Amino acid sequence: MKSVEVAMVGAGPAGLLAALAAAGQGASVVLIERDERLGGQLIKQTHKFFGSERQEAGARGFMIARKLAEAVAAEPAIEVRLSSQALGYYSDRVIYLEEPNGLVKLKAERTILTTGAAERMLAFPGNDLPGVYGAGAVQTLMNVHGVRPGRRVLMIGSGNIGLIVSYQLLQAEVEVVAILEAAPYVGGYLVHAAKVRRAGVPILTSHSVKEALGDREVRGAVVCRLDSAWQPIAGSEVSFACDVICLATGLNPLTELAWQAGCRMVYVPELGGHVPWHDDDMRTSVEHIYVAGDCSGVEEASAAMAGGWLAGLSAAASLGHDRGGAELRKAAREELVALRAGPTGAKIRKGLEALSRAGGPA
Amino acid sequence: MRIVSHPILEFQKGRPVKFTFEGQELPGCEGEPIAAALLAAGIRVLRESPRLHRPRGFFCAIGNCSSCLMVVDGVPNVRVCVEPLREGMRVERQEGHGDIR
Repeated sequence: MKSVEVAMVGAGPAGLLAALAAAGQGASVVLIERDERLGGQLIKQTHKFFGSERQEAGARGFMIARKLAEAVAAEPAIEVRLSSQALGYYSDRVIYLEEPNGLVKLKAERTILTTGAAERMLAFPGNDLPGVYGAGAVQTLMNVHGVRPGRRVLMIGSGNIGLIVSYQLLQAEVEVVAILEAAPYVGGYLVHAAKVRRAGVPILTSHSVKEALGDREVRGAVVCRLDSAWQPIAGSEVSFACDVICLATGLNPLTELAWQAGCRMVYVPELGGHVPWHDDDMRTSVEHIYVAGDCSGVEEASAAMAGGWLAGLSAAASLGHDRGGAELRKAAREELVALRAGPTGAKIRKGLEALSRAGGPA
Repeated sequence: MRIVSHPILEFQKGRPVKFTFEGQELPGCEGEPIAAALLAAGIRVLRESPRLHRPRGFFCAIGNCSSCLMVVDGVPNVRVCVEPLREGMRVERQEGHGDIR
């Protein structure tokens, strides 16, 4: 059986930073990734990041992924395992990995779960028809593989993902007929909303999809207005012709391993659903398991990177590694606070308060 | 459906290969997900649901949701959104749960 001091499950922004942090403190690291490449969902992000220079502001996600992958490759203490799927976590701290050459058992003194999140489904008749696609999937298809999802897209959700993917569809010369938003206001940053509006895409607030049209594939959608209680207004239905209905209605944390490992789970809607309880050092109720990124609460990539960095430092410190770790951890916590400041961070702050009110590890 | 020129991105694609979908020969790029090659060819119905025989297609692109299970080289339940395309692959729509020999 292989053994290592710290293992990360998932090599997206959180996992990459966690690996670099733990290795930088002197720990041996195994970075596990089920895909064939490092970077997670950063590889499909073509928009420029906000924030400070340290948070890679101005860089595009796929460029950040490339830079982080190079940093990981240059770090001899990190072993990367690609095409490696974590199947289970056992009480003796062993992770089972399914790899192209068979099963591998890995004993990790500390495990950091950085498994990310999955797209949330929306309930409406016809939502299983080919042509109803997740926004992340659309982004991967066109930005990584260079294939358009269709010709005319109806976007559901005006959060940052819905707005950004709409703009990216336009860049790929795909028509976006409209962006629907169930709330009476636009969910994402106004700078993104302004960009798609300038390009002529209407954002219809207090609107939702009532039904997908089409027999074998999506051919259109019935859209209706919603009242102040988010209920459909009778008689307000309009049909749109489209061949793709793109769902940007949020993400759910991917927490299977945390559940299976017996981490205490708390339901916090503001964080995307059930998330592992964790302390300020990203440690869960199972003392040798840490968590970071979307699986610890759905946010965006900058917070995932800062959280991953903090989790990597914390896990290394718990094993006695110390290369100025306490100072670095303090700085990382301050960075997270700064990222969540202001009105755009209100929801996540509320979620984290609820998590902390939920009490300690027991 | 392939993007030829893009304002920001350059696509690094694998060498051109041929594969078959339901016996019909199609072009693709080596290493791209099978689903990308099918969608590029305009094929969107990838399988039928086991009980109600509803058509199902691509959905999550991360191998998580099971919407895109197909029969590849006789093996059922292959997640074509993450399975790399290889020369000569035989890809078929899956009906039902798949026959595991």
